[in-house]
This record gives sequence, structure tokens and C-alpha cells, in this order.
Amino acid sequence: MDDLKSKYLTQIADAADEAVLEDIRIAAVGKKGEVALKMRELGKMTAEERQVAGPALNALKSEINSALAAKKAALADAALDERLRSEWLDVTLPTRTQRRGTIHPISQVSEEVTAIFAEMGFSVAEGPRIDTDWYNFDALNIPGHHPARAEMDTFYMHRAEGDNRPPHVLRTHTSPVQIRSMEATGAPTRIICPGGVYRADYDQTHTPMFHQVEGLAIDKDISMANLKWVLEEFVKSYFEVDGVDLRFRASHFPFTEPSAEVDIRCSWEGGTLKVGEGDDWLEILGSGMVHPKVLEAGGIDPAEWQGFAFGMGIDRIAMLKYGVPDLRAFFDSDLRWLRHYGFAALDVPTLHGGLSR
Amino acid sequence: MKFTLSWLKQHLDTTASVDEITYALTDLGLEVEGVEDRGAKLADFTIGKVLSAEKHPDADRLRVCQVATDEGEKQIICGAPNAREGITVVVAKPGVYVPGIDTTIGVGKIRGIESFGMMASEREMELSDEHDGIIELPSGEVGDRFVDWLAENDPAKVDPVIEIAITPNRPDALGVRGIARDLAARGLGTMRPNPVPEVEGAFVSDITVSIDDDTRDGCPVFFGRLIRGVQNGPSPAWLQDRLRAIGLRPISFLVDVTNYFTYDLNRPLHVFDADKVAGNLRVHRAKGGEEIAALDEKTYTFQPGQMIISDDNGPESIAGVMGGAETGCTEETVNVFVESAYWDPIQIAYTGRALKINSDARYRFERGVDPAFTPVGLDHACAMILDHAGGTASSMISAGAIPDTSRAYRLNAARVQSLVGMEIHESEQRQTLTALGFKLEGDMAQVPSWRPDVMGEADLVEEVARVASLTKLKGKPLPRLTAGVPKPVMTVKQRREQIARRTAAALGYNECVTYSFIDQASAKLFGGGDDATMLENPISSDMSHMRPALLPGLLQAAARNQARGFADLALFEVGPAFQGGEPGEQHLQVSGLLVGRTGPKDVHGASRPVDVYDVKADAEAILSAIGAPAKVQIMRGADAWWHPGRHGKICLGPKKVLGIFGELHPRVLEAMDVKGPAMAFTLWPAEVPLPRKAGANKGALEISDLQAVERDFAFVVDTEVEALTLVNAAMGADKALIEDVRIFDEFIGGSLGEGKKSLALTVRLQPKGATLKDADIEAVAQKVVEKVTKATGGTLRG
Repeated sequence: MDDLKSKYLTQIADAADEAVLEDIRIAAVGKKGEVALKMRELGKMTAEERQVAGPALNALKSEINSALAAKKAALADAALDERLRSEWLDVTLPTRTQRRGTIHPISQVSEEVTAIFAEMGFSVAEGPRIDTDWYNFDALNIPGHHPARAEMDTFYMHRAEGDNRPPHVLRTHTSPVQIRSMEATGAPTRIICPGGVYRADYDQTHTPMFHQVEGLAIDKDISMANLKWVLEEFVKSYFEVDGVDLRFRASHFPFTEPSAEVDIRCSWEGGTLKVGEGDDWLEILGSGMVHPKVLEAGGIDPAEWQGFAFGMGIDRIAMLKYGVPDLRAFFDSDLRWLRHYGFAALDVPTLHGGLSR
Repeated sequence: MKFTLSWLKQHLDTTASVDEITYALTDLGLEVEGVEDRGAKLADFTIGKVLSAEKHPDADRLRVCQVATDEGEKQIICGAPNAREGITVVVAKPGVYVPGIDTTIGVGKIRGIESFGMMASEREMELSDEHDGIIELPSGEVGDRFVDWLAENDPAKVDPVIEIAITPNRPDALGVRGIARDLAARGLGTMRPNPVPEVEGAFVSDITVSIDDDTRDGCPVFFGRLIRGVQNGPSPAWLQDRLRAIGLRPISFLVDVTNYFTYDLNRPLHVFDADKVAGNLRVHRAKGGEEIAALDEKTYTFQPGQMIISDDNGPESIAGVMGGAETGCTEETVNVFVESAYWDPIQIAYTGRALKINSDARYRFERGVDPAFTPVGLDHACAMILDHAGGTASSMISAGAIPDTSRAYRLNAARVQSLVGMEIHESEQRQTLTALGFKLEGDMAQVPSWRPDVMGEADLVEEVARVASLTKLKGKPLPRLTAGVPKPVMTVKQRREQIARRTAAALGYNECVTYSFIDQASAKLFGGGDDATMLENPISSDMSHMRPALLPGLLQAAARNQARGFADLALFEVGPAFQGGEPGEQHLQVSGLLVGRTGPKDVHGASRPVDVYDVKADAEAILSAIGAPAKVQIMRGADAWWHPGRHGKICLGPKKVLGIFGELHPRVLEAMDVKGPAMAFTLWPAEVPLPRKAGANKGALEISDLQAVERDFAFVVDTEVEALTLVNAAMGADKALIEDVRIFDEFIGGSLGEGKKSLALTVRLQPKGATLKDADIEAVAQKVVEKVTKATGGTLRG
């Protein structure tokens, strides 16, 4: 019986493929195989002989079956390995191209600003880009003769012959939205007004359209100190620094009183802006306490309510944060610029995840 | 507004440094725009002494001088007539740049003799126009720097020029004295007195002034004096120095005096040559059409209502804006009439704007000069004229009366705390206001006549706060409106805009922000370009009309990129388009544009030209993202800028258009220089209905565990039959059982014959109650065939 065992185990070990293996199986443990024939011989044996030979034959059968199964698996593995060896791809080949879309910096920065101010309870107000001269000027305490009107390089809309209303203007700031919002909601209120504005100026640093965000907070006891805190928090959050000095400089805007221009501490080492350190000051926005006449124009009683307003350039703070050198390129739609300065679709700025990557 | 440090010190007694002064100015709201160090360009000139001066052997006019300098004795050839032994001079050694002749001195040979430098004249150092000889200094040690000597002995020549920006509310700071007053209030020194000069009136002027009744509101008061027997000529050096330092050209003494007081005391004046004035002066309104040759050598035509000063010959001055050339003063003037009037700011602003004249006088009058100072300013000027040019003055003539601008506001000391958030003691507040010229009576503050901007209590707060310095303001937290986690702030419309934008970017489009105005031709291609959307004053014809749509701007962007060699483009914009010129006649659009191929050619052969189904997919994806219903109608008949056969309007009913996709009309592309074809979509997010349900609950999901079954059908229909018709018909076969119908094949022509096509669709059946039996499926299939053939007139393909 040992001969039988060694014969088949050797054959199994030497089998080259599955067909040979099947032949061996039939010859060894098939219905008419050698082991089966031996089984039949058991009947002719004595009880004592059978007690020895029976288990031995069963063990032999099971051993051969195991060997067959193991060999079969080994052959399959070898065959798969062989196939995989031939299945080689040059994975350095480029893929099917996928377009990568981008978000314009103005949109991205507008969302960043919105995220920060929303946290402080400011909602987003919007208004028309073509507006009456009343909303754009008079309501903001800029009467017709005011030098600020001439200095603002206002775009006027054409007036048809016989239409004697003063011409409409392309809003020169988003301040008219403040008036419309005050009219609509009254006090108390906290809003920011982001959006495009227009001035008839075009050179290295000016484009006839640019973007502003203005803020307005009206309540019973809001002071300029609150304004300073809000702007400090904003600048810190927007520029993603731990702290920043703000300098309020007395100034004048017709729609606020007192008025202040706001500078932030910065350094320009090697042409790169670093906010919050260094000895330079960078003017980034104008602000002040809302002029009583402006509150009145918005239908709010200045004897009862007071508050602050501020405004800054979205394009400008985008340039500062992201190192964009030229304002004019914002509106040129050069694909290379859009790809370089644009943001990924899923880079939604949030305060919990961070504004920028 | 420019002034020199020494000019400031004429009004302000101070020991403050330039840095301290400029910091305070900026902090006070008089923003320093620049400080010009005039000494810098003279830094390398040194003092020397001429030891000997011999005639040049080969040139009569040249002298060979031996000059003691900080580097020892040097030989310098000099052509100046006053070059002689013993004088103290200013030396430019080799290597020194001489600004007045724009030359860097080198070692040279003049007629064979070496020269090691140059001795300079005032003009060569741009100190004055003096060039009759080299400078002879009355003092100075050899080797000292000349600028140091100047700073010591003639500071007005080299002291710093400070330039500040003046906000429109601060006309008082358009005079050096007003600036000094702010600095004194801040504590940077004390004001020096500026007493009213005594001018003796020796005779009665034979020129009188009248103001027409209808002009009194524009010219409330007019003062003048006639001065006889003056000797005009160049101004004294100190006056010329001052004017030149701030960038004004000295003209003649009489004219320089008016310019001087314009800047010194914010008191614009005018001088008439009295001998050229015919009769008397009359202030009146223009009828319109009168002409005047003004001092800027241009001729202006008056519009009705503008104010004129006329004599018997006609207009002699554009009142408050610019004098006339005819009666202007010259070097020969001997009898001068000096005018000091107060003009209404608003009327001057309108006249100046209408005539497009930007003069120092207009600039000041339209911001508001001190009306009470009108006669005093006149006498400052007259006194200076009498001092320097001689002559005798008439008594003061006048017309009208100084307008009463007196007003007072209550100083509420607590208001500073409540509005600004700074603690400033009441006594300090009162002190500040007093220093600025306010008169306090009890708690009422009387506003000084030179501060037209102070019009209420808030202005008093502003004055106190800015003098105290807003830089010292400490931030104070703004409490939240409500405690706890803040609520979201964006409206549905705002969120849609954001989602549309980010979906478009996720689909591979690059966001553009293009100008809201475009050229008329492009606007017209997209249904705009009419007068209602036209700008009155565009900066160029490329930007003349408000855009009727976003697509023309995107097409221009595509053309620019194509010109740069980028052929495959996916651009989009989210922004307003303008259907009219009234406020609110704008609406939000989302537009995308595809040109070229889906990508560069690649090894997988995946790149292909973009087509209508690309933009359709993207439009549908964005609409879906912003909450548009899945079931829509696709209609035709969009505007002319779309390819007539290759576009679709995504509609909810015939009038509710959510968006349009398609190929742009080739003629439009040609007109806009875009290499096509170009695929595009425009969506109107505001047209997408608002969600009906409130709350976030999505409802329980009902799903069946029973296996779905799919069956394919192919129909032969006319080529004009739209796939959506088949889909809708098939869907209608059994609304409960049919979950989805998809078109998966289209085959046109061939064995089907002309005008026919085959459309193949898969119908997916989802049983809910019991497993489908063959008979059930057969029954539905029958219905599908029935419905589709009925709806399309087609046949089931065998």
C-alpha cells in the first residue's frame, strides 16, 4: 500500500497541468481506480485484516484527494501568475483628460467674507447695479454740488429725449443697497452688501468695474469701538493670522461721522505681503458711524438708533491675500490666469474647515 | 495741498520734528501723501574758498582758480564774472550730480588746463533762476555740506515740503494757518498771532461795485480796495521761494500775492489792473452766450445764470472761478483793484464743472471759504502790497453783507462715549473745541465761521474724537444678536447662485467675471444694444451698453483665448444681465460656453469635438443641483442667436423657461470672431420654482425587494419625431409599473429609407406587490407598443 501511495503522490507532484491531474485522479481514486479496486478486495479479507486495511485505504484515499486539491490550486495559481505576467501596462501613459473647472477669486473671496460676517450675525443684502442718483448719492448725504460726486467718476445712463428725470447711474459703491435694506427692514439690522460697482476710470490700478463689500450694523448702542472690534476680527479671520494691529485714522466720508480710514500692520518683505507683522501700514478700508442724515434717508430715526458702516474692495483684498499683481487681469478671462488664481469647485470656504487651503 | 515746514512754523510755534508733524497730520485726518526732502539733491555739494583766481592764458573770460575744499586744494576753471580770490563758494567735485544742468561733473580739460570740479550758481542747484554768477556765501567753513549751511542760514530753501490730501469737508485746511490750528489743538505747539493789519484808506475808490438783486444769493458780499501808484515786478525772494516750493510759478508780485494768500489763509483774491477797468464793476448773472478770454488763455462762453463780474466793456471775470485776461495785472500795472468776495459754494461748483475749469479759486470756493474773513483777507493782501510795492490804498468799498453763518450745537459729553466708545473727560472735550475755534457758552458750542462742515452734534463728536486720536480707540466686542449658534444668513436665491457656480466648476468650466458693459454691436447680436441700456459717458465704445446677456462677454473671452492659442475652452459666468435701464431691470443668469474639443487628443481616443449633448448634460446637472424638477419639457423656438435646429428650451410649460442649451448661430460666432462651432447654455435660476415643502425631512424611502425587469423595444419613426415623445408615451403605458424609460440607440436612414429613423428604448418595470409573470410583462409590452405607435405614427421594428 505504501508503494501505491508513493506512486500517486509522485505522479501528482509531477503533474504538469489540470488534464494530467484529472487522469491521475481517475486512475487513483476514480470509481474504477486502483484505490477503489483495493477497497473491493476488503470483502475477501478476514475481519482482523479488514480492520487494519480498511482505515489504511481510507487514509490513502483522503491523502491522495488532498494532494490532488493542493496541486490543482497550485496549478491555478501558477496559471494566473503566468497570465498576469503577460498583462503589463505602461501606467505612465496619460489618462483620458478631465477638465478642471475653477471658481473666480472674486466669487471665492466674496464667500470667504460672507462666511466670516455671517458668523457675526450679518446677512447678505443685494440691490440693483443701475440705480437712481437719489439712492447712490442724495440718500448718502452727497448732494448734487458735492465735490465727491465729481470725484467719483460716475457712469450715467442715457436719458431719452423728453425724460427729464435725473439720469440713473451705475452704482459707484454698494452703499445704495444699505439704504434700500434699511427701508425694507428698518432697525436693528446687520448686513453686508457685496457686489460689482462702477467708476469711469481705467489705468494700471483702476478698472471701470470692480467689487466692493460694505457692512452696516444699526442698533441702540453700537459704537465705533464695536466697529473696530468687528474689523479686527474680520481682518484676523480673513488673512488667517493670530492677531493684527488696526490703525484708525480720522478721515471724511459724506455718509459717516465720525469717519476713519483703516490701516493694517504689515510687512512687504521681498514683495510678499505679511499681515500682522512689520512696520508698514496698508490702507484697506473706509468706515465710520452712519451719518444721521443717512439713517433718516433709510427711514430710521437717528435719535433712537445708531450704528456703523464700512466698505472695502473685494478685488483688492483678493489681490492682497492671494498675491494677484494686476487688477485688470481679473476681468480678462485669460485661461492661464483663471487656472492659476482660480479655486477648486469643492474648496468652499468655511470657518470650521478653514478659508483657504 | 502743499506747504513747507518753515511756512507752517510761521503760524505754529513748535519744536516738533517732521516725523511727529506728519504722524499727527495723518492721524488728524489730513493724510500726508508725501514729504519731499529738497535738500537731498544737494547733499554732495560742499563749501569751498577761492584761494586765488588767475586769468586763463587762452581764454579772456575764464579764470583758473585754486579752491580750498574738504579734499584739499583743487584747481577749478570757472567762467563766472564774480569768481575771484577770497570768496566762499559752493563746490561740486567730480562725481557730483548737478540737477540744474542735469550733468554729473567729471575731471576735464578746458582750453588745455585741467579742472577738478565746478563752482555752482543758484540756478544750477535749482534754488532760484539766479545765474549771473556763482554763489558767494557770507559765511561757512570749508568742507561743510552746503545743505547744512542752508538749513542753518536759509531754511526756506531746503526745508521739507509736506503734501497732504484734503477731504472735501475741510476747506479750512486748504490754508496753512488752518493746518497749524489742527496741530495746535492736538498739542503740537501753539498758534502764533496773525493780527489784522491796519490799512489806511487815503482816498475813495473811483471804481465801485454793485451786485444785482438776483445774484445776491450767489455773491452775498464783495469787498475791494483800489491801490494807486504801485510798482509791480518780481516778488521778493522769500515769496518766490515759497511759491516755487509748493509747485507754483512766480509771475509778478501782485499776482503772487493773491496766490500766496490763497494757500496761506485759504483766501482766494483777484487783482484787476484798474486802468483797464472801464467804469464800475457789476456782479450779475449771465444771460448766456457772453464770452470771456480768461487768465488761462482760453475763451469761455457763459451759460445762463452763471455769475460774471463785468465792467462797461463786458465780462472781466468768471466770478469765483477765474479772472479775465483783459483786466489782468502785468509788470506794468501801477493802479490795482484788489477783490475779495464770498461766493456760494454750490453755484461755484456747478459753474466750474460746466465750464470745466479747475482753478485754485474754484477748488476753495466750492468747498467753502470763511465768509467772515472776506474783508480781513483783503487787508492782509493790501498791507503786503503797500509794504513791498508801495502806493496808497483807498478806503474799503463793499457791496452786500457778510452772510450770517452763526450756529451752535449742544456738546453732549456723554455722546462721545456712546458714539465713539472713548472715554474723554468733558474738560478735555471743551479744550479741544476751543482750540479749534469753537466758542463754548454753557454746553452750546458756537461753530467758527471757517468750518462750514460742522452741521450737528455728531460733528462735534467727530472733532473731539479725531483730535483725541482714533488710533487710541480700543475695540469692543459686538454682542451677537441672538445667543447660541448663529442662524444661516443666505437666501434661497443666494444659495442657488453659489450652488450653480460650484456645480459648473465641478463640471469642468472656468469661471469668468466679465464687464457688465459691452459694445453695441455685440449687445445687438443678443437682443440688446438699445438706447435704454446705453451709457451716457462710456469710457470707450467697447463698453457702451449694459450687457443683455452673459454670452457675448464669454464669446469675447473665448475669442481672446483662441487668439492666444487656446482652442479648447469651457467658460462660465454667473452674474446680472440687463433687460432695461431702470433700477431692477436686471436678472441673474448662469451661462456656460464650450468651444473646441472635450480635451486634447489622447492615446485613448477619448477626445472629440464638443456637441449639443455636452451642454445639455451640464445645463441639466446645474438645474438639478439648484432644485429644478426632473420632469421638464424641451421646446424649440429660442432667440435668433441659437442654431435654429440645434437648441432646446428647458421649460415648465410654454412660458416658464428655466434654461436654453444648444449650438450658437454660426453668424453670431463669425461676427464675434470666434472659431466655432460653439455650444452654450444659459439658465435663469430665479425661474426655478421654490421648494414647496418646509423642513429637511426627505420622507421614508419605499423600495421593493422584488426584482426589476427590463425590456428593449425599437421603433421606426419619422426623423422629425423627438425621442422625448417616445419616452413620454412609453412612460404612460403603465404609470405604476414603469419606473424608467431610456433611449439607448438611434439609427437614421440606411435600410429604413429616406426620412425614417429607428429609436431603441429600454423600459424598466419595477413590480411592487408580486413578482412579474410572463403574461404581465407581455401585457405591459403590448401597451408600450400601442402607446408609442399611437403617439408617433411609427411602427415596432421587426
